[in-house]
Amino acid sequence: MNLNDILSNPDLLPWLIPVGPLLAFFIIMLATNRAKMVPATSHEYGGHHPDYDGMKVPVVTLQSRILSVTVGMLGTLTAWVLSLITVSNAFGAQHFGEEVFGDRLNWLATGVGEFTMGVLVDPFTTVMLIMVPIAVTMIFIYSIGYMAHDPRQSRFFALISLFAGAMLTLVVADNLLLMFVGWEIMGLCSYLLIGFWFEKESAYKAAIKAFTTTRVADVIMLLGIAYLYASAGTLSFRDILYNEAMLEHLASTPAIILGGWGLSAAGLIGVFLIIGTIGKSAQFPLHVWLPDAMEGPTPVSAMIHAAAMVSAGVYAIIRMYPLFEAGGNPHAGEFTTPLMLMAIVGGFTALFSATIAVAQNDVKRVLAYSTISQLGFMMAALGIGAYIAAAFHLITHAFFKALLFMASGSVIHGMEHGEHHVHEHHAHDEHDEAHGHDDHHDHGHHFDPQDMMNMGGLRKTMPVTFWTFLLGGLSLSGFPLLTAGFWSKDEILADAWLGLTHGFGAPAFVFIMLCLAAFLTAFYTMRQLGLTFMGEPRTEEAAHANLGQGIVSFTMTLPLIILAFLAVVAGFAGVHPDFPLFGAIFSPEHNWFHHFVGPTLLHEPASIDFSIVPVLFSFGVALGGLGLGYWMYWRKPLEAGQPDPLVSILGTVHPVLKNKYYLDELYATLFIQPSQWFARVVVSDFMDHGIIDGVLHLIARVFTWIGDLIKNLNIWLIDGVGDGIPELIAIFGTWFRRIQTGRIQQYMLLVVIAMIVIALIFAVSSGFLVQAAG
Amino acid sequence: MTDTFTFPILSVIIFVPIIAAVVMLFIDGSRRDLIRGIAITAAVIVLALSATVYFGYNSQVAAVDANQAAVTEVGGVGMATQLFADGLRYEENVPWIESLGISYHLGVDGLNAPMVLLTGMVTVAGVLISWRIDDRTREFMAFFMLLVAGVYGVFVAIDTFVLFFFYELAIFPMYLLIATWGWVKLRQYAAMKLTLYILIGSVIALVGVIAMVFTADAFFRGDGAQVFEAAKQSGILSQNAGTFSFNMTHLMLAGEAGAYNVLGYAGVDVLTFAKIWFPFIFIGFGVLAGVFPFHNWSPDGHVAAPTAVSMIHAGVLMKLGAYAALRMGVQLLPQGAEVHLPWIVFLTLINVVYGAFIAFRQRDFKYVIGFSSVSHMGLVSMGWASMNIIGMTGAGLQMFSHGAMTALFFGCVGMVYDRAHTRDIPSLGGFVKRMPWVAVAFIIGGLTSMGMPGLSGFIAEFPIFQGMWAASENVSLTIGSFTLTNYYSIIVVIAALGIVITAAYVLRVTTQVFFGDFKDELYPEVGDIAITDRIILILLGTPLIILGIYPTIMAPMLESGLKPVLALLGGG
Repeated sequence: MNLNDILSNPDLLPWLIPVGPLLAFFIIMLATNRAKMVPATSHEYGGHHPDYDGMKVPVVTLQSRILSVTVGMLGTLTAWVLSLITVSNAFGAQHFGEEVFGDRLNWLATGVGEFTMGVLVDPFTTVMLIMVPIAVTMIFIYSIGYMAHDPRQSRFFALISLFAGAMLTLVVADNLLLMFVGWEIMGLCSYLLIGFWFEKESAYKAAIKAFTTTRVADVIMLLGIAYLYASAGTLSFRDILYNEAMLEHLASTPAIILGGWGLSAAGLIGVFLIIGTIGKSAQFPLHVWLPDAMEGPTPVSAMIHAAAMVSAGVYAIIRMYPLFEAGGNPHAGEFTTPLMLMAIVGGFTALFSATIAVAQNDVKRVLAYSTISQLGFMMAALGIGAYIAAAFHLITHAFFKALLFMASGSVIHGMEHGEHHVHEHHAHDEHDEAHGHDDHHDHGHHFDPQDMMNMGGLRKTMPVTFWTFLLGGLSLSGFPLLTAGFWSKDEILADAWLGLTHGFGAPAFVFIMLCLAAFLTAFYTMRQLGLTFMGEPRTEEAAHANLGQGIVSFTMTLPLIILAFLAVVAGFAGVHPDFPLFGAIFSPEHNWFHHFVGPTLLHEPASIDFSIVPVLFSFGVALGGLGLGYWMYWRKPLEAGQPDPLVSILGTVHPVLKNKYYLDELYATLFIQPSQWFARVVVSDFMDHGIIDGVLHLIARVFTWIGDLIKNLNIWLIDGVGDGIPELIAIFGTWFRRIQTGRIQQYMLLVVIAMIVIALIFAVSSGFLVQAAG
Repeated sequence: MTDTFTFPILSVIIFVPIIAAVVMLFIDGSRRDLIRGIAITAAVIVLALSATVYFGYNSQVAAVDANQAAVTEVGGVGMATQLFADGLRYEENVPWIESLGISYHLGVDGLNAPMVLLTGMVTVAGVLISWRIDDRTREFMAFFMLLVAGVYGVFVAIDTFVLFFFYELAIFPMYLLIATWGWVKLRQYAAMKLTLYILIGSVIALVGVIAMVFTADAFFRGDGAQVFEAAKQSGILSQNAGTFSFNMTHLMLAGEAGAYNVLGYAGVDVLTFAKIWFPFIFIGFGVLAGVFPFHNWSPDGHVAAPTAVSMIHAGVLMKLGAYAALRMGVQLLPQGAEVHLPWIVFLTLINVVYGAFIAFRQRDFKYVIGFSSVSHMGLVSMGWASMNIIGMTGAGLQMFSHGAMTALFFGCVGMVYDRAHTRDIPSLGGFVKRMPWVAVAFIIGGLTSMGMPGLSGFIAEFPIFQGMWAASENVSLTIGSFTLTNYYSIIVVIAALGIVITAAYVLRVTTQVFFGDFKDELYPEVGDIAITDRIILILLGTPLIILGIYPTIMAPMLESGLKPVLALLGGG
């Protein structure tokens, strides 16, 4: 089979989608990643790294930079083109949904069954294939500029290529096992990328935290997969989810654990899989890794938070949704255990992390918590059965969140630029003649380029960043009618409202939590924009913040503009047909997104009737939050040295929010320290060295003691006997020597006596005497 | 036996190292390079032959499968034994001590072929990593070669007596290697501890096997005479076979026909031979696989041993225990397995979690790996305890995967230690800058150990968990009037959390040793590794990736090897 056949066959084409980035990873790693050694104090060995005096360190060569970037870009573009072909195939297909593209082959045979590996493109995959490659490509372009001075740029491109390849693998996978493979490779990449600047302690600690936290969840998810396979005999999405008999079977079988409490097999599997998502999509209580993951380079944050990893979590549960729903019907008020879990966790997380985001000063951390919150929206939406709305929000969120992260990266980059400028200036003034060398690490001056308190007024020096950041922020806030975020969020609220009007508890909870969260979202977005861009610069660094000129500036702003466009228009794909005016313009026949993605499920979800009440709520919370933020941070922007007005308003609550409800500390006290204590004191010292080795050593002691005893016994008894026998013989010898007289008569006498004795013995032993006596 | 001459490849594999050892002893000890040359030549020959055996067998798996299907179709008493006997390839069967029923019987089936390959790989790696040993090189290499010969012998022995013979042959050089070339602080203690544990375990197992031989003999002369004759007719046993034999096929047939399942053993109504002796044989060998609470020889032994011996020890010898426990325990006494594995599984669970916990708190780089082996070998025994084909195949894969992985780990530790002269984790750091190869290899090993998909650890651990889930509904444990059911699933959940701890300690070690700040002033001489070291890393690291991506290279083979066992365990 040649390449042409594969390219022209829509069933086989999806195999090739992840290949480009994966190939790019190997090519960069094995071929183009070439470094030269330079002294560690050299200027080329960028500012992110500590100095090692007198040591040589590797820095990628210019040639290697260019080649690696080219290979990485080519890989991604290939994936994009192939995705586009697949998408257009999908748009052209009849009855798409019922009919899908797919292919599979055997991978691991295990006697009773076979694990297959295969690809599947159904409507939901199709919309993911629209979103993921765009976001990934933008991130690639952006990193060309952002990482341009990093000494390990080639490795960076290799790793994000692998990341992209893993994400695409996950998206086109037709079964849970292959999906899990992509899922785990992403976890690995995130570990390596968060810890990319591994000299920094905070970076590698964050990397460990991210990996370990998600790993806990992944392992539980793996158990879910194992259980699913044991019950269903297959892991293929289509075989399980598009198969009513299978779902019914799973929903009616009691679970292996807690089955007595009415939990069905489908329920338990669902809970396991959802826990996996809670880890990957950073939901409460496993969200703690995500804010720390900000230690990675900013494109990584965009990759993790928008395009890939966290989306993967929600993607997985959207993908498996029929399994969670099996045995219940959320639109009729029947919520299964997994659905309830999602509604509660999602709703709670949405509000919970929004409150934390309000009190953060780090420009990326605000976004990190906002991501957690938005993912909570999606989880909650799924929990109340708003399948389409969750999928829609996943797509729009990816666009505006990637935009926001990259824009914040531009801000940080600009601030570092400003910092550099200021330092060169100072060094020149202060150390002019006294110190010959110009080493800004000697200053002892710790400037945080990510702290919004150090910013202000950036709109003047970084206009493109400002406008795109603003559009992204408005989209995140759900600014009515014009932004993508509004449409997708509105759809979730509409669904929740419908449940609430029927008097169901879960949708009511979700509706209230999400409204509050949406209000806070709008508020903290405004706060962030105000602190960063409005007013006058609060530090000298901020005054000099800019992206400079040339390739760096260009590659960093182009993706912002493209994504800003998408962050506005993507929402029009899913407008309710009955929505006044907008419905008529964008959805003349039907809600396009709903109509296209719906057939992913066996029973296409019914579209809900239009209701004006949730729309008014959407308007209210978005505009209310934006208005409050405007009033506090835009009307009279913060000046240098002025404290955040929020601190005094919130009073004692503020430190709690700022410290993220002290959860990190709580986890350290609850889990980390006890497990270390358990490992050290109980298992290692007490059990292993105390009891087991103790028993062993006791046995050794006892044996030694027995040995000593036997040794002494040996000396006394055995040696005593051994030595005694020769001695005795000697004594006998001495004694017998006396009869050696040399007189023949005496010998004769002895012979006679001996014969009598022998005869007697013979007689006794043969019984002769007894017979004679008898 | 056919009359045509076949190349006795297994014997050659065993005797090449022995001959190399003997030749070395005739060479002047100061000619170290010549000795190293002989050692590496022997090792490479052995590896090449092992690969031949492995791939040769692999190419015949389809034929074996087809034959197995045909045999299963016919069924009847002796079916499982027939499956086993038919699956053997490269057989050599020469009468040795006929009066005692002992024959020099070697053979390879789907179960031990991967182990043969693994041993070959670790042998080459072990010789290479010992390249710079200057202290009595000749003796070191000679003993190492003897050790290798012993290990091979155990893996390919089909006669239980031969198996024990090589088992003891392996222990003797091991003691000397550790006690003489080991880490000064611990070597005497550790060598003694290790030797005693293993010897006692094997002696207990030996007694069990001898008892089994007598039981089988009595059975074949009494109730089982018909079965015996039939087996002779059908060719499972050779025409001139006596009823008294140490041959595995012979003992297995007796077991299948019910010889060990007669009530009233030792005068007690409810007891059978299998019920009494299974734990002794399984755990007797299990000691070498590090089954809790008999695991404590292993971390001390691994730490004290010179790197090459740690590699072969953790990489191959522990597998030898698990392998023998399956071959001699489960395969010969399946009825005992059904009774006892449901509780032994708890020991394996403790292994997994407990080993991981201890590894987590170690400061010594080598102890971390030592305890991680205890943890991972627990998964192998757990896979055996699942008693179904998925779990057992997973355990087989885990044996190979862990063997290569842990040898790689010990290799990495050795390379770091050789250059840094310390294994104290907190005082290391930033080594990726100076030893990038080792860092990458260690990370690959680490990812394998935590079950990262795409590497062999995943395709080993996942089936084990899978098998345990599947087994959960079929297994129950009765203690007195209390019956425990469905608990395998809970065991899996806990074991899976052990994997999380694995991730935690692997990451901790990786970051502390390889990432972070490099302390230039402490380790001025640390440089990159030599070419021999790179060969080791490639040799041991590549299979982890290949097996992870393309498990079909091993899984079907293991399955064909496990089918006889599963046939005994009631289908599977």
